[in-house]
Amino acid sequence: MKRIENYVKIEFLSRSSNESFARVAAAGFAVQMDPTLDELGDIKTAVSEAVTNAIVHAYPDSLGKIMLRLRLMEGNVLELTIRDWGRGIEDVEQARQPLFTTGGAERSGMGFTIMESFMDKLSVKSVPGRGTTVTMRKRIAARVAAGR
Amino acid sequence: MEISVSGSGRDLTLRLQGELDHHGARGLIGRAEQEIDAGLPLRLVLDFSGVTFMDSSGIAVVMRCRQRMRELGGGVVIRGVSQQPRRVFEASGITRLIAVE
Repeated sequence: MKRIENYVKIEFLSRSSNESFARVAAAGFAVQMDPTLDELGDIKTAVSEAVTNAIVHAYPDSLGKIMLRLRLMEGNVLELTIRDWGRGIEDVEQARQPLFTTGGAERSGMGFTIMESFMDKLSVKSVPGRGTTVTMRKRIAARVAAGR
Repeated sequence: MEISVSGSGRDLTLRLQGELDHHGARGLIGRAEQEIDAGLPLRLVLDFSGVTFMDSSGIAVVMRCRQRMRELGGGVVIRGVSQQPRRVFEASGITRLIAVE
């Protein structure tokens, strides 16, 4: 178990206007780890995908609670957890397949693929009717000041 | 998300401006399709130089535009992509289907 060196926990309503808030909050927390611009972009993108999934799929016809937890773990590892208490996913393996979507023409089905591609680890736990927890980890490489 | 339209005849350019996430993309596909159907171009240029952030919502917009252009016998070119959206395009594999200049 990695030691937790810092964390924040934010709760917000599943309004689409909160998508940008969530990714900016995650990027703001990650800055203390001295990430590159590419790493910051990857973090923002992954958070945006997970929060959008919660907004679109967990609470399709209502507004509900979304929790974003950011943890700085020992070894300069950033852990991002996005949790909802919504509808849940019946078949997580199917949902993770590229191009699979139940979201209609405005969704690409690439959300989990992009999260996987930008993060080192992705875990999805879901109980139908109870909600979904997405946990992602990314190690931010240490850089020497002279090398920047 | 703002769209500005330019070009006539063979080329139609849609310049997107702002953050292309699920919130920003709402209604964007419909508006893009309206412009394509009104102009019937041979080539659609999607100008991303004003896009400050993009997630997979942008992939859905591009794929839908590509599909509509193929139905009309035309193609799509993506232009002016900054680093963050470029990484999303690459991760999605869309760069194998559409020219990202």
